[in-house]
Amino acid sequence: MYEFIAFYVFAISTTILFLITVMSKNVLYAMTALAAGMVMISGLFFLLGAEFLGVVQLIVYVGAVMALYAFAMMFFDATKNIKEKHQNPTLVFLLGGLMALLFVLMFSAPIIGDNIQAIYPMIEGVGNAQAVGMVLFTKYLVPFEVAALMLLVAMIAGIILAGKKMDYSLTESESADEEMNIKKGDA
Amino acid sequence: MLEIGVNHYLILSGLLFSIGFMGVLRRKNLLMLFFATEVMLNAVNIAFTAIGNYYGDLSGQMFAFFVIAVAASEVAVGLGLLIVLYKKYGSVDLDVIASMKG
Repeated sequence: MYEFIAFYVFAISTTILFLITVMSKNVLYAMTALAAGMVMISGLFFLLGAEFLGVVQLIVYVGAVMALYAFAMMFFDATKNIKEKHQNPTLVFLLGGLMALLFVLMFSAPIIGDNIQAIYPMIEGVGNAQAVGMVLFTKYLVPFEVAALMLLVAMIAGIILAGKKMDYSLTESESADEEMNIKKGDA
Repeated sequence: MLEIGVNHYLILSGLLFSIGFMGVLRRKNLLMLFFATEVMLNAVNIAFTAIGNYYGDLSGQMFAFFVIAVAASEVAVGLGLLIVLYKKYGSVDLDVIASMKG
């Protein structure tokens, strides 16, 4: 009963928040809705018995990724609404609906397939974090190290890409241009 | 009816993935496009965890961890590229950035 209530609360709020993310015209609203939706998704992970994954979701997504987006938004003007030109909205919704149907069918395919065996079964008698550690550092050690290397490469790439011409301010020159235009308009 | 099975999670995951997919199709602002891809990655994580829970297998959670790691590095590199594009074009709108005719 509690699982039923919790699942529907998390599912409905996640869907609504992600719809706001996708439909909103304001970057700030979209980012806030995305962060809140990710918190709700971590609730779903806790419901599924994946406590460690839920905590990682909170720390990495809501903590690190959202902070990165928030810092990146300082480079752009987040207060004004973005203008987007939609050439064919009905086609987009038609394609989106078709893909939705396809994805639901694809994702519900394992319901039909019964002959799947667990390769790394859940270890009995230990908590989720301990079981995850056991599997991660034995069976998935090489992918884990490769992921570490990938994060290092991403960090260097991020620093080099964003760090170029850091002394040159984007917004100050932009506002100066706008002031110039206003003065020209007055004259 | 009150029993929550793997089907519920998978259908929710498909729904969220389609929301993200629709966002990728209709968004023209690159930052919003990144948000839509995050939605899609999160939807896939739910599916992985639900199937792993259904079969009593930890591999699903492992894949979700690696998806999170990939998403984190994608954001780091992507935002760096976004800032470079903004410095070059003064906008992150796809219609402004697009240089190929076709």
